[in-house]
Amino acid sequence: MKPILEVNAMNVTFKVGPPYRRQDLQAVAGISFDVRAGETFALVGESGSGKTTLARAINGLQRITSGEVIFEGKRIDGLGRSAMRPIRRHMSMMFQDPVGSLSPRMTVGDLVTEPFRIHRVEADLAAETQRLLALVGLPLEFASRYPHQLSGGQARRVGVARSIALNPRLIIADEPTAGLDVSVQGEVLNLLNDLRDRLGLAMIIITHNLHVVFHVADRMSVMYLGRFVESGSTQDIFDAPMHPYTAALLSASPEPRPDRKSARISLPAEVPSLLDRPNGCEFHTRCPWARARCAADAPTIEGTSRRVSCFYPLERGVLRATQEHAK
Amino acid sequence: MSEAVSKGAGPIRRILSEPLGVVGVVLVLVVVLGAVFADVLATVDPSSISPRDRFLPPSLAHPFGTDHLGRDLFSRVLHGSRIALAVALFATAASLSIGIVLGLIAGFGPRWLDALLILLFDSVKSFPTVMLALALVTLFGPSLTAVIVVVVLVNVPGYARIVRTQTLSMKDADFVAAAESMGAGFSRILRVHILPNAIGPLLILASMDIPVVIAIEAGMSFLGLGVRPPTPSWGAILNDGFTAIRDTSWIAVAGGLPIIVTTLGFTFLGETVRDVFDPRLKVR
Repeated sequence: MKPILEVNAMNVTFKVGPPYRRQDLQAVAGISFDVRAGETFALVGESGSGKTTLARAINGLQRITSGEVIFEGKRIDGLGRSAMRPIRRHMSMMFQDPVGSLSPRMTVGDLVTEPFRIHRVEADLAAETQRLLALVGLPLEFASRYPHQLSGGQARRVGVARSIALNPRLIIADEPTAGLDVSVQGEVLNLLNDLRDRLGLAMIIITHNLHVVFHVADRMSVMYLGRFVESGSTQDIFDAPMHPYTAALLSASPEPRPDRKSARISLPAEVPSLLDRPNGCEFHTRCPWARARCAADAPTIEGTSRRVSCFYPLERGVLRATQEHAK
Repeated sequence: MSEAVSKGAGPIRRILSEPLGVVGVVLVLVVVLGAVFADVLATVDPSSISPRDRFLPPSLAHPFGTDHLGRDLFSRVLHGSRIALAVALFATAASLSIGIVLGLIAGFGPRWLDALLILLFDSVKSFPTVMLALALVTLFGPSLTAVIVVVVLVNVPGYARIVRTQTLSMKDADFVAAAESMGAGFSRILRVHILPNAIGPLLILASMDIPVVIAIEAGMSFLGLGVRPPTPSWGAILNDGFTAIRDTSWIAVAGGLPIIVTTLGFTFLGETVRDVFDPRLKVR
């Protein structure tokens, strides 16, 4: 099946600093991936790893420096606002801040039907409001409320309702569970899962929360300093992470099942600055398994369905040996 | 007042619940009704000269007395309120519209244009109003238009700055990005997402500016830089009274009182509007 979205070798570089000392900050560095219909793809990484920039670049809110974005077989990077309009109808985005992404002077009813007005879609707006609110499990009387009267979870539902209003083929959700209670997180994730299955749309979920990834994603990629260090099916990566960074992330995430308790891999040092990337493998400054070659040469991301950017990828045995050692 | 109550009650009722607001509304109503019904209330032509009736003190026939040409001051004051209110409304509306446009350009435009506009606003603001008025009248001659141009020039920077600041603070907001990500065009983002959020502070500023505008009009007319003589204006009446103050005080009172009443009324109203719409700015 042809992918709905393809990203090839995308780079996003920001110019920072005063004019006499301009520096290039590479927020997204050579990213490639694709997403198919009915599939959820997760982007995982720490804050500042370039996840949000990548999402904005796919939607065209952020101009890319080089590379390609192909949506339904058509190149869309570099298109202007009016050329993007018909494409944006089929690609909707959910922003990190559930309340902040709703226009403060608009009612919930106006907010969920805004896509119809933007794209001049003839529809019975009252009926659509009813349908969309029901779809995300909000009572109809919410239609006359304003964003500041909503809780985070309710605002998130409004965001979801709005992003599915015109039956998009791709939804990009940036931290869909940020700032929500665990119980509400579960509801929102189930809602997204359910909608994806029912509407057969593709979904990109950006998060630092590994539980979210495990719960909804079919495939995932781990980002570090704007690069993918590991990609593959969620199941495989959770079962046996191959990149040391992925392993460290997984071990840092709280594990609710005591029988699965694993030793934590603690990473020394801070995340390096994007303006001062390390030589060789960019993770070697923090990698517990780094060897001489890691500081000298830069690995590239290799593989087909399972890709990893490491000279000495972990295997179960290696990980176990270190755990023994840690004890 | 609890959040729920202040949200529930309409703005007009909230203004009327403040004593200052009531005083403001009453004073403003007096002036507005006087202007609207000037022809009914004042039966004497405000410009008709009657040399035999010069310097008459207030009486039933002439409630505010007469001036040095024997003109009925009551009638002149009422007709003068039309000028004052017309200038206030028209100039404020014009300043608002120009301010909104320039503010949006400064907020959304390239950085050099923003810097240029800010420089322009600051230069205009740095002129004392009277100096600016003198300079313009020297160039174009005294007229009602000159008054309005001066008022607009003086007021535009204030409105433009507010719109610019609001625009700058909102253009990177998530809700604007969200609108863009849905495919909203530039004008829709401005109309639907930015302006409605900037309009509150603008209205507050406008209501606080009206008394200033009225004072500018009266001041310029007093100095002979505003409306031409036979036209009644409070500033011109005040000037007539000033020259004749050794003979009678009535003329100066007739010219000064309405200015005081109107500016006080609009100031009270403006302050109440501000307190009602933006409680954070309340000075106590």
